[in-house]
Amino acid sequence: MNALDQIFILTQRWLAGLAPASVQPLVKILLIIAGLMAVFGTCFALTTILERKTLGRMQNRFGPNRVGPFGLFQPLADGVKMLIKEDIVPFSADHALHFLAPVALTVPIWLAFAVLPFGRNMSAIELDAGILFFFAIGSASELAVFLAGWSSQNKYSLLGAMRAIAQMISYEVPLVLAAIPVLLAASSLNLPDIVQAQSGYAFGWAPRWYVFTPWGLAGFVLFLIAATAESNRCPFDLPEGESELIAGYLTEYSGFKYALFFLGEYLGLFAVTGLAVTLFLGGWQAPAKWLEWLPSWGWFAAKFSALIFLFIWVRATLPRLRLDQLLHFAWKFLVPLALVNLFVAVAWWISGAWQFPAALAIRWLLCAGLLAVPYVWLGRALKSGKPAQPQYSYAE
Amino acid sequence: MLGCGILRGLIETGRNFCGSYYDPARLTTVQYPEEKLAPQENARTIPFLVYDGNDPLAGLRCTACTICELECPAHCIKIVKDTAKKPDYLGKMQFQPKVFDIDIAVCMSCGICAEVCPFDSIKMDRVFELACDHRALVFHRTDLAKSNEYFRQIHPLEAAVVDASRAEERRKAQARKASSPVPAAP
Repeated sequence: MNALDQIFILTQRWLAGLAPASVQPLVKILLIIAGLMAVFGTCFALTTILERKTLGRMQNRFGPNRVGPFGLFQPLADGVKMLIKEDIVPFSADHALHFLAPVALTVPIWLAFAVLPFGRNMSAIELDAGILFFFAIGSASELAVFLAGWSSQNKYSLLGAMRAIAQMISYEVPLVLAAIPVLLAASSLNLPDIVQAQSGYAFGWAPRWYVFTPWGLAGFVLFLIAATAESNRCPFDLPEGESELIAGYLTEYSGFKYALFFLGEYLGLFAVTGLAVTLFLGGWQAPAKWLEWLPSWGWFAAKFSALIFLFIWVRATLPRLRLDQLLHFAWKFLVPLALVNLFVAVAWWISGAWQFPAALAIRWLLCAGLLAVPYVWLGRALKSGKPAQPQYSYAE
Repeated sequence: MLGCGILRGLIETGRNFCGSYYDPARLTTVQYPEEKLAPQENARTIPFLVYDGNDPLAGLRCTACTICELECPAHCIKIVKDTAKKPDYLGKMQFQPKVFDIDIAVCMSCGICAEVCPFDSIKMDRVFELACDHRALVFHRTDLAKSNEYFRQIHPLEAAVVDASRAEERRKAQARKASSPVPAAP
C-alpha cells in the first residue's frame, strides 16, 4: 500500500492530529465533508464548462471561449452572475417551502456521497447496507422537486413537478432492478465489499468486473439509461422541457436558488455515476495487473470522467422524448428487461459449474441469446403499438 | 433493431467532436471582434446624408423637401427648413435643412427614406458598431453627413448609377445654358 494511494487518508490523519485529542473525531468528519464538497464542487464547475465546450464541438461550434484561457473561468463568471441576480419569490408562493425546496434537493444528494468508495479505504462511512442507504436517500430528492413545483403556485411548475415525479418513480424501478444481480453476485449490500468482490483477474489478465459478464453488461446499460432519467438529463429532461413547460419546476426560481437546483442536478448525476462505477466497473480497481501502481482514486476518477463524457455525448446526440414514450419505455421495456436480466444472472451462475471444454463460450452464447430475444421482441412491441387516440370530452 | 439509430447518431456526433479539432473548415463560427466577415454591398443599417465636395454642410445634397420625414413609418426623422438657400449641383438655388435629426433608437432600417429621396441625398449606411454608453441617440446632420466618396466605397454599384445620372443632368443643364442665350439675344 503506497503513500500516493493513501495520500488523502494520511493528510486527513495528519491534519486531525494537529487538533486537540478531544475534538479529533469531529475534526476527522469535518475534513471528510470539506474534502467531498471541495472535490465535487470543483467537479461541478469543471463539468459545466466542459459540457458546454463538448456540446459545442459536437455541433461544430467553439463553445464558450471568452472568459480566461480557453474560457476556463466561465463557471466563475456564471457563479458571480447567479449570486448578484435578484432573488424573486412570487407573491402568492408558499415562501417557506419555496425557500426550502432547493436546500431539500441538495442535502440528500450530498449525503449520498457518504457511502461511495472513491479509492482504497476511501469511503466516508462504511455502512453494511450502503447501497440501500444510497437508493433511499436518492429518492428523497423527488420530494424536493415536488416541493418546488407545488410551492411556486404556478401551473407550469406544478406540471413540471408532476412529470418529474412520474419519471423519477418510474425509472427508480429499473435502476434498482439493474443493481440487484450485482448485490446477489457480491452477496453484500456494502459498497466497499462489492468493489472487493470484483478484484482479481480471470486467466490472469481479464479483470473480474461485473460489466464483463453478460448480465453485468446488460445491467450496466439498463443502469445508465435509468440513471440518465433519474438525474433528469437529456433525452429524459422533459420535466423542464422548455418548449412546453418554460422551465418546469424551476420556472419560479431565480438567482442562487436556481443555481442550487442546477448544482443538485449535477451532483445527482455524479452520485449515480459513482455508483455505476462502483457496481459494474470495478470501482477503484485497476484494469490490469501492471497498472496497479497508479493510485486507486485515480482509477475511480478516470472511469468516472469517462462515464460523464458518455452522458454528455448522449445529450449532444438524442432529442427529447415525449412523456408517454418515456413512461412506455420505462414500464414496457426497461422493467421487463431488468427482470429478464435477473434470470440471465441466475443462468450464468448455475452454468458456472459446467466443466466441459469451451464451456465459457457456450455460457456466453446462452446468456446473450436469453437477453437478445426479449430485447428484440420488446423493442418491436414498443415500436409497433399505435399511439392511443386522445379522447376529448368538450373539444369536439 | 431498436438502438441502431441511437448508435448511428452517437457515431455522427463523435465524428463531429473529433473532426472539429483537426479540420478547421468544420467550424463555421466567425469570432466577431477579432475576425469580421467581408461586408455585403446590400447590407443596410441606418440612413446617412451624402455631401459633395469637402465641406459637409455646404455640399449637402439635401434640399429639406421633407418627403423622407413624411414617408418614415417610424417617424424618426425631424427636418426644419432653413430660410437661406444655396446652389445645388446644377447651379439652381435650393432650400437646405437647418435641422436634420434622426433618432436612431427609433429607426428600423427599412430604407424607405432612401427609396423616396428624389435628390439621391439620403442613403443607407453600413455601420453597425453603434453601441454606446450614453443615451444621445439622436444623430444631427453633422453626424449624418458623409462624403460621396464614402458612398462610392460602401455601395459602388448604386453610387455609379447615381453619379452617372447626375453627370448626365449636369451636362444637359449646361447644354441648355449654352443654348438659352441664343434666343435671348435678338
